This record gives sequence, C-alpha cells and structure tokens, in this order.
Amino acid sequence: MFVSILINGLVSGAVYAILAIGFSLIFGVAKIMNMAHTAFYMLTAFLILGAITFLDVPLPLAAIASIIVAGLLGVVCYKLCFDRIKVHETAVMIISVAIAMLFEETILLTFGAQYQRIPPFVEGYFELGGVSILNQHFFTAGASIATLVGVWLLLSKTKLGMSIRAVDQDREIANVMGINVTKTSMQVMGISVILAGVAGAVTAPTIMVNPLMWTNPLVIVLSAVVLGGLGSIKGSAIAAFILGYAETLVVFLVPDGSFLRGAVSLIAMVLVLLIRPEGLFGVAFEEERL
Amino acid sequence: MWFRKSVLVIPGRVIALLFGITLLLFPLITADEAILRIVTFAAIFSLYAVSWDTLSGYTGQLSLGHALFFGVAAYASALLDLHFELSVWLTIPIGSCVGALIGLIVGLPALRLRGIYLGLVTLAFPIILSGIIFYFSDFTGGEAGLYGLSRLAEDKVTAYYIVIAIVMCSIFIMFKFTDAKSRILRTGLLLRAIREDEMTARASGIDTIKYKLLAFAISGFFAGIAGGLYAHYIRVAGPSTLELIFSIQVVLWAIFGGMGTIYGPVAGVFILYPLTEIIRFYPHGEEVRFILLSLILILSLLFMPEGITVWVRDKIEQECTRCKVINAATRRTCRACRAPMYLTKKENANQGKE
Repeated sequence: MFVSILINGLVSGAVYAILAIGFSLIFGVAKIMNMAHTAFYMLTAFLILGAITFLDVPLPLAAIASIIVAGLLGVVCYKLCFDRIKVHETAVMIISVAIAMLFEETILLTFGAQYQRIPPFVEGYFELGGVSILNQHFFTAGASIATLVGVWLLLSKTKLGMSIRAVDQDREIANVMGINVTKTSMQVMGISVILAGVAGAVTAPTIMVNPLMWTNPLVIVLSAVVLGGLGSIKGSAIAAFILGYAETLVVFLVPDGSFLRGAVSLIAMVLVLLIRPEGLFGVAFEEERL
Repeated sequence: MWFRKSVLVIPGRVIALLFGITLLLFPLITADEAILRIVTFAAIFSLYAVSWDTLSGYTGQLSLGHALFFGVAAYASALLDLHFELSVWLTIPIGSCVGALIGLIVGLPALRLRGIYLGLVTLAFPIILSGIIFYFSDFTGGEAGLYGLSRLAEDKVTAYYIVIAIVMCSIFIMFKFTDAKSRILRTGLLLRAIREDEMTARASGIDTIKYKLLAFAISGFFAGIAGGLYAHYIRVAGPSTLELIFSIQVVLWAIFGGMGTIYGPVAGVFILYPLTEIIRFYPHGEEVRFILLSLILILSLLFMPEGITVWVRDKIEQECTRCKVINAATRRTCRACRAPMYLTKKENANQGKE
C-alpha cells in the first residue's frame, strides 16, 4: 500500500508538474489563460495513437513526431487566435476554450468516444515491497522528472530562458531592454505546448485515452497553479506534486474515493487561498489583489 | 410621447422591443413543441447568462463556476419537491434563496481575491459539490439525478408563458439593478466603479465589501431562479447542471453576445443555443455541431472580440459627441442638439490644416 501510494503519487505529481509549468509559463509571459493547455495533452496522445494504428510508425518515433506536431499547432493557434485579440483577456480565455472544444470534437469524430489503449514504452513489471509495479510507471516518472530538470536548465542557464524570465517579470521593461516580447511569447507558447505534449506522450500508455481526458487534468493544473502562486514556476511544480499525492492518498485510503479525487485537491486549493491568497510561493502585490 | 422619444428613435431599443413582442407571440407563430422547447430553454439560459453578466460583466468579479448557483438551486427545488411535496411556486423561490445564500458564501473568498484568481476559486466549487453529490448518491440520486419532479404547468404553452414571464421580469430587475444611469438605484454606478477601480471606489467611501457581496447574492438568486425553472421544466435535477462545461458555456454565451451589457448575453444565448439545437436536425448534425459551434465562436471572437451586440450597436447607433444623446447611425445631425454627427469631407480637410 505504502509503496503504491508513493509510486502513483510520484507519477501523477510529475505529470501534473509538467502540465502546470507549461500553463504557468504561458500565463506569466503572455498573460494567456490557456484553457486548451490540457487539450494539447489529449491531442498528443491521440496523434500517437493515430500514428501507430494508421501509419504503423514505431512508438518512440510516433511520440516524438506527435510532440513536435502539437508544438507547431500550438504556435499556429497563438499566431492565428491569441495574438490578435490579446488586449481582451477574457476573450482570449474563451477562444482557448473554443479551441479545446474544437480539438475534442474533431478527435471524437475521427477516433470515436471509446476508451483506447496505447502500448507501453517499456514492457514488464517488477516486485517492490510486495506490490508489482509496471516498468512503464518508472519510465513515466523518470521522463517527467528529466523534463522538469530540462525546463529548469533552459530557464536558468540559457539566453532564451533569461529573456523568458525577464518578460515574465515585467513586459514593458523587458521590451525597453531590447527583448523581442512578441517573439518570446511565441517561443513560450511553443515550449508550453511541447511540455503538454510530453506529458501526454508519457502518460498515454498508463491510462486509457479518450477524447474527454483533458478536463480532469485541467482542473488539477488550475488548482496547482493557484496553490503554488500564479506566475511562480517553482511553486506550481511543487503544488502539482502536493496535489498528485493528495489525489493518490484519497483514491487509495477512502472507500469510493475516486469520486472525490477532484474535490479534495480543489478543497486544498480553496483553503490555501483563504489563508494565504498569494499561494505557497507567490509574491503578494497589494495593488494587484487588494 | 415618452415612448416615441426614447424608444422608436433608437434602433437598438426597437430591436429589443420587437424581440420581446416576438417572444410573447411565439406560440401563435408555431405550435411545434420541439421549437417551443428550444425557445423555452433559450429563455431559461438567457436568465442564467444575464445573472453571470451582472456579477462578472458589471461588477468585474470573474466567476468561472456559475453552474454552482444553477445546480444548487435545481437540487434544492428538486429535494423540496420530492420530500416535502411543496408547490412549484414555493420550491423555485426557496431554491433561488438557497442560490443567493451560496452566492454570499462564495462571495467571501472574493473579498480577498481578484480577477483570474477569483475565477479559479469559483471554478472549483461546482466540481467539489459534484464530487460530494456522487459520493452521497443515495440521497442525491448520483449519476441519474433526482427525477420525477412536478411540472411547471400541464401543457407546454402555459409552461412557456410562465418561463417567459419570470425570465422577462428577472432580466428587467437586473437591468435596473445594473443600470449606471438609473436615478432610482445607485447600485449600477457603484458596481461599475468597483469594476473599474476597486481601490479608488473604496477610497471614495463606497463600502465595496457590501456591494460585492450584494452582487454575488443577486447573481446567485437569479441564477437560482433559472436553475429551479430548468429542473421543473425537464423534471430532472442531475449532476450535469454542475459540470465544468456548463459553467464555461455561460461565459461563452455572455462573451459572444457582449460582456457588461444586459442585452448581450440574451442575444448570445438566443443566437448560439438554437443554432446548436437546429444543426442537430440535419444529417450528421449531431456529430459536427460542436465543431461548427467552436469554429463560429473562434471566428466571431477574432472579428468581434467585444461581442456581437456591441459590434452591431456601434454600426447602427452613434452617440452625439456634444450632448451624449444616442442617435441612429443614419442621422446627419443630432436629434437633440442639432449638432452635425459626422464631419463632411471638406470640414475634415480643414481640421487637418489646423
């Protein structure tokens, strides 16, 4: 029991962390509340499914190609939709919901509503402390953590990362300092969608994929981002792990707990916000939040 | 006299008037029950969308979980109806009072949070509640919901008129409540002040806490009326009223129509909802309707980001720059002060020189 909770929490926490980081990056840099973020996660899973069933592409190649296609699609969405109406923040949010709906329905039309399985990247399982754990779960956790480290290196060590952090901190000043804000926003959109794609690719073999699988992670990602403090990338990653573990604990320890899995993390979020509105790692701006 | 001066000369109001009359005479135009049903649902949803607009469009308190008020009132009415067998005229008001109470409770975090943060917190509540509803499925009916509620009225036409009358009165009350130019109620002006700049509003002595909570309660109340009507009309109160997509849908309708105007959400619902239902009648309509709907939304938001009614209004109406009276866009001079509405080409050229 203890080991399963540990492993399952780690897997879901790491995946939520990748999703939450992508979401909080694009929100911080371009002020886009991208409700379609987890739709890209779902889309990547289905691109992989399509590639291996219709085109007979080997799985690792299919995964990489799907992630790249999803990233390009994200940039196209940014160019065609978000960038044009970025002054109307609520309209941007609604357009992202419409994009998510478009993806969901298109996939529903091509793949149908039934649950489908994607073969695992690595086969087999092994015993640990009396429970058998699929190797795929280790692969998912390992790949997710590697991605997290990669993002951290990108943000802290490269020039692109520096410009992303600068725009995140202050758009106007970054612009004055000669950073191309529009270009950076587009790059961040690409990175953010690629992160969602990676999350989709590594989790797809562990769950049954279906076109509605984007709503649950969306709720978790939103609460992780708020819990960690909107705009704080480190905070949203840590909060994602907390929520991943909270969810796993409820599912394992409470009878019929799977009905409550969404509710528990959201209750945690609401409580944290009431006690500390700026989130765990956010900075309180009196003027911003009153 | 008043009517001719302040309604007939303004195209937008003429359209609103014609629309209202059409709604009242609708059962005479068609006796088709399916169409009547669509219009009834559109009316209920327009009340729901207007209640969202009162809270989010006017007061600026972004609510992404408006389904909470709708669903709670639907469940409250259903429980009262099934367990106490109260009449419809009691269950809906009590249900909407529960909605208002929930509004006050949800409003409490709003005193500390703003903007997107508030939206995310409100988003959480209906999902938490639907988790609880699934967990206690013996009491709440679980997935199937509570069914077998009493009807609003025996036949469809009477039910239609009951819904239309309640919806029209409620929307009129909210219109007056949020009207910033009203001389009777100050709330419209105060709520707008809170939306524009809460700090300044507080600094000028407005009790912002009181008015924000008031907006939450009013919005919850009217969303509750919509929820009660809906539950009694379809005779089921199910968990679908609390779904995430139902909270988002109201935002879609209101922003498509035009946020921060009462007529906008009404127009949004009456355009989008029948459209999605009508597409169903065509071959393959069932599968492609949401694809079409999302494409329409994306395109309309790209070209009319402020909403369709605002876009149309700016085309057909023009505010006089001197006396701020609204004129039809076809007039050359203002109807009140006779000032020219548009500069002629020659005058334009002269202004350029100076």
